[in-house]
Amino acid sequence: MEPGHDVVAETVRVEGTRILATLIRTVGDVQLAEDAVQEANLAALGAWPVTGVPPEPRAWLTVTARRKAIDIIRRERARLDKERHGTELLELTRTEIVPEELVPAEVVQDDLLRLIFTCCHPALSPPTRVALALRTLCGLSPAQIAGVMLTTEPATAKRLTRARQKIAAARIPYRVPPEAELPERLPAVCGVIHSLYTSGHAPVEGQTAYDVDVCAEAIRLAELLHELLPDQPMPTAVLALLLLTEARRPARLDADGEVITLDQQDRSRWDAAAIDRGIGLLNDSLLRSGRQADAYQLQAAIAAEHDRAASYETTDWTEILRLYELLVSVAPSPAAELGRAVAAAEAKDTAAGLALLSELPRSPRWHAVRAELLARDERYDEAVAELGEALEGPSTDAERRHRERRLDHFRTTAT
Amino acid sequence: MTQYLALVYSADVDWWAPEQADELAEYRQFAVDNAASIKASAVLHPTSTATVVRVEGARGGPVVTADGPYAETKEALTGFYLVDAEDLEEAIAIAAQLPAAWNGAVEVRPVIAVR
Repeated sequence: MEPGHDVVAETVRVEGTRILATLIRTVGDVQLAEDAVQEANLAALGAWPVTGVPPEPRAWLTVTARRKAIDIIRRERARLDKERHGTELLELTRTEIVPEELVPAEVVQDDLLRLIFTCCHPALSPPTRVALALRTLCGLSPAQIAGVMLTTEPATAKRLTRARQKIAAARIPYRVPPEAELPERLPAVCGVIHSLYTSGHAPVEGQTAYDVDVCAEAIRLAELLHELLPDQPMPTAVLALLLLTEARRPARLDADGEVITLDQQDRSRWDAAAIDRGIGLLNDSLLRSGRQADAYQLQAAIAAEHDRAASYETTDWTEILRLYELLVSVAPSPAAELGRAVAAAEAKDTAAGLALLSELPRSPRWHAVRAELLARDERYDEAVAELGEALEGPSTDAERRHRERRLDHFRTTAT
Repeated sequence: MTQYLALVYSADVDWWAPEQADELAEYRQFAVDNAASIKASAVLHPTSTATVVRVEGARGGPVVTADGPYAETKEALTGFYLVDAEDLEEAIAIAAQLPAAWNGAVEVRPVIAVR
């Protein structure tokens, strides 16, 4: 029986990314390796729906990709009459083609780490790191990446081309940083993973991401990084944070795709196993670091507080407020400041929350949060006005509908 | 080995003035510490001594000059170093020793190897 096209496409994508890292090392050229893997993927997409997915898909792709790389080198040489790929060609044709299971796992892991640290090199801009990671580690197409990053396909293709040019021309080294340098290099990698997750979890404008489960991709990357560097506290904390946040996802939207806020969520739908795992990872990370908690550990701790509470009312808001105070001092951000304002309103009173809000810059979320706080004090007319402001700005369709419902609710309650 | 140009952007001062002696000494020390990597270097006079040259139309056309630097920026281009380095990280490590790296900025750009 022929496998469904979706299964084939997914297998090709996932296995393709696994072999890319090693092929980059073998041929020493990111563009060449990507092109070869791309051609191998296309060959698989053409053959597997007919023949079935082979028992060792990675081995099949590796063999095919190496052959394609040789073809590409030969084509380029014939066309340009250049010796550029002389050594690579020699290496490819001389070496035995090793079945995937005989390539030691440590070698594959090393190659993946190399690829991760190169994609997320500090010399590349943050959006470029995200685009490269999505392309080489997640196997997304430029069109899909454009959807995730809220830009156009030509702009994404250009960004990727420029990134590869820079890696080649400026000689960004393809290597894993030495252990001593990991603390300064990991923030860039973790930043990519975290920004990817938040872009899927709380997108600013437009419908849900372009047919890609961005959050799932971010978690895949976080799992990979943690698996490759299990002793490092930061990747452990990032994975904890993503799991603890993702655990609430099943309760976040109702059957019609409408937003359900934290106070209304059916907590029985939360993923208890993910919560347990997340809390375990957070503890592990804290044990390993010993210094003051970093932003990821603090955010994970906040998520853990929410996740372990039986209800919104019994949540330890005092502890959450304390964690937000630390977070704002360590890594201030609009999201952290807004979170702290809400926590203050819950732990103390509405006035405390409103006071903190008054010092923050305006944004649609700011207005929406202010509206909710005002409504608690029965200042419904003002709440309606704030939501009006919130609706002027960008938001997802689900957020928009939610704010419109709240606006109607306050309007009705006021009269 | 790749060549990189490290362009030094710092305050637009007269590097021969006595007030700059200490910092100039730091640049001299940089040159000594990295002598093996540096292929060429120069300290430039302030941007007030600069002239921008354009030719109207095509080669041989009227030459037009303007007084001052190409662009008025907060920090000015005040010098350069042409360095050999294994890769970008080594080039960055070298550039990070320049006083301009903490007092201004250093642009590091790979040089095209022309045969």
